[in-house]
Amino acid sequence: MTFWSDPVNFIAAWLRGILAGWGMGAALANILLALSGIIVLVVFALVLDIFLVWVERKVVARFQDRLGPNRIGPFGIFQPFADIIKLIIKEDITPEGADKVVYNIAPVLAATAVILLWAILPLASTIYGVDLNVALLYLVATGALGALAIIMGGWASNNKYALLGAFRMVAIMVSYEVPMVVALLIPAVITGTMSVKGITEFQSGVWIVILSPLAAVIFIISAIAELGRAPFDLNEAESEIVAGFNIEYTGMKFGWFYASELLHSFTFGGFIAVLFFGGYNFFGLEKYPLLGVVIFLAKALFFYWVIMWVKYSMPRIRIDHMLAFSWKFLTPLSLALLIITAVVDKFLAPTNFYMLGMFLTNVVIAWLTIEILRAYGKRQRKAEETPVQPVAEAAHH
Amino acid sequence: MTPVQIIFLLCAALILASALMVVTTRNLIHAALWLVAALFGVAMLYAILDAGFLAVVQVVVYIGAIAILFIFAVMLTRREMRDRGPQLRKDWWLAALLSLLVFAGLAFLLVTQPGVNRSAAVMPEGLDTLGKLGAALVSPDAYVLPFEVASVLLLAALIGAVYVAASKK
Amino acid sequence: MSIPLSWYLILSAALFSIGLFGVLARKNAIAILLGVELMLNAVNVNLVAFWRYLEPAKMAGQVFAIIVFAVAAAEVAVGLALIISVYRRRKTVIADEIDLMKW
Repeated sequence: MTFWSDPVNFIAAWLRGILAGWGMGAALANILLALSGIIVLVVFALVLDIFLVWVERKVVARFQDRLGPNRIGPFGIFQPFADIIKLIIKEDITPEGADKVVYNIAPVLAATAVILLWAILPLASTIYGVDLNVALLYLVATGALGALAIIMGGWASNNKYALLGAFRMVAIMVSYEVPMVVALLIPAVITGTMSVKGITEFQSGVWIVILSPLAAVIFIISAIAELGRAPFDLNEAESEIVAGFNIEYTGMKFGWFYASELLHSFTFGGFIAVLFFGGYNFFGLEKYPLLGVVIFLAKALFFYWVIMWVKYSMPRIRIDHMLAFSWKFLTPLSLALLIITAVVDKFLAPTNFYMLGMFLTNVVIAWLTIEILRAYGKRQRKAEETPVQPVAEAAHH
Repeated sequence: MTPVQIIFLLCAALILASALMVVTTRNLIHAALWLVAALFGVAMLYAILDAGFLAVVQVVVYIGAIAILFIFAVMLTRREMRDRGPQLRKDWWLAALLSLLVFAGLAFLLVTQPGVNRSAAVMPEGLDTLGKLGAALVSPDAYVLPFEVASVLLLAALIGAVYVAASKK
Repeated sequence: MSIPLSWYLILSAALFSIGLFGVLARKNAIAILLGVELMLNAVNVNLVAFWRYLEPAKMAGQVFAIIVFAVAAAEVAVGLALIISVYRRRKTVIADEIDLMKW
């Protein structure tokens, strides 16, 4: 074991030696080391979050043909610190009639739900929080905590817009959780494990996006919906309900909601990379864990950029369209895909045509879906074109 | 006292305190949120018991679905003026007495049972409980029938709930 | 695992009794359902504890717990639907006021 092959355990062994030299018991030393590992991971995520504020502002500026922050530091990179100082010295308002305890817990819970996700993200082959065997379900469970945080914030604000925003957000989360879970099951079916690390290791050969591109697309769409970003940003919908569930929050409490939204997007970018695009695998470079971390972060940043790309180029979808899209399109499609993937996987796994077969299956399903949609669209247009006969006249004939 | 015992006692305190708040607090939204805390404590107990799958499912099903359903139901049936009064029946002391009796009876039965203080069975080395659980749920000589019946029950409940709750024009 | 089985069982009995109190003493029908949830969880704690302490190699306890999850979800869905339906017609969720079928 050297520093280059397993940095975390190398440092841990070194620290353990120092602590033992001070005469500390092994059990206590282990607890201390685990705690410091957690703190390092959380601090890493939060420092990254500060950086993400700058990335988000800079990227949206370029999309909107602006320069973005460019005053503080080179390329405005220290702008987030100015933002944070502003948020901290703002007046901290709790609205009249608000449910104080719940109101104050909600932003903390929102941030916690996101940071919990980092426990299962494998940053590199030997750098990860924990290798859970139910990691995919854990991902869904933290999403549930996030929904709870939003409904708590919306309800406790004692504001009708906040409550409307929270209701909308929960409606989105509940309906898009179904296709997301089914899309998550497809890597599980292909790799035979629910551990995120196991799924990543499987992809050292071939990325799952090649085996099941449709699942990747469904996961990305439902992940954007779970995040509540445009085109699914009905929870905030400035033109309809002012600012949604966080309308009453000021200062750093709003800051936590904002920061957790950004970190959530980045984390989901990371999960897209890990589940479908090979995670830290990149043509053998993953042998060096520190390089693996860089590869993982680069991929996560890319998919974070994709999420932003979608956000800043799409108009908002109406809520009934959005729910219909989930229940009438994504859910049936993902269920059909899951069943067909399972069958094809069962029959083709021992043969040489596995990769080709899986890919072609997905292409055929995508083609069938497009044909069905086209036929449906044609029928809709036809129904619109034929003038509706007045009832009395129809009865006359 | 070992660390595990301390963690267990903290969990137990969280569960019981939250459960007491669930049944006594006046504000029903708070009651639902305390229920979340109690159920989260139960999830931690499952984790202590090496049932990681159940712990995560507990969070997904109870906090993600059931608690949010409760919060929605409370909001849909709230009457602004009349929720302020006492939420307990007048003869609540009778209920308290009965619950105490039930608890005393159960506790008495439990502590007089032989072998109740046993410590946990040894987990066989390399036992894949998650895989075994999955196999048990779908293998014909284990629990496939109850599992399928449960899924039919869920479907029936889903349709029934939609039918009952839908407002008829 | 240095926790005796009895700790789990006593905790579960206490949780069950608290749930029972909620079911008996609460006026609001939704609060009564909250009590039922507590009781179901007490049962689940028992099932999982017995699985871990007696037969970890057989999955019976965990399977039963999963079926209890499913039943709890079904119970909440139908129960809350009934309460909302009653609320629409009679504008009340107080269990005592829903007395049309009382003799």
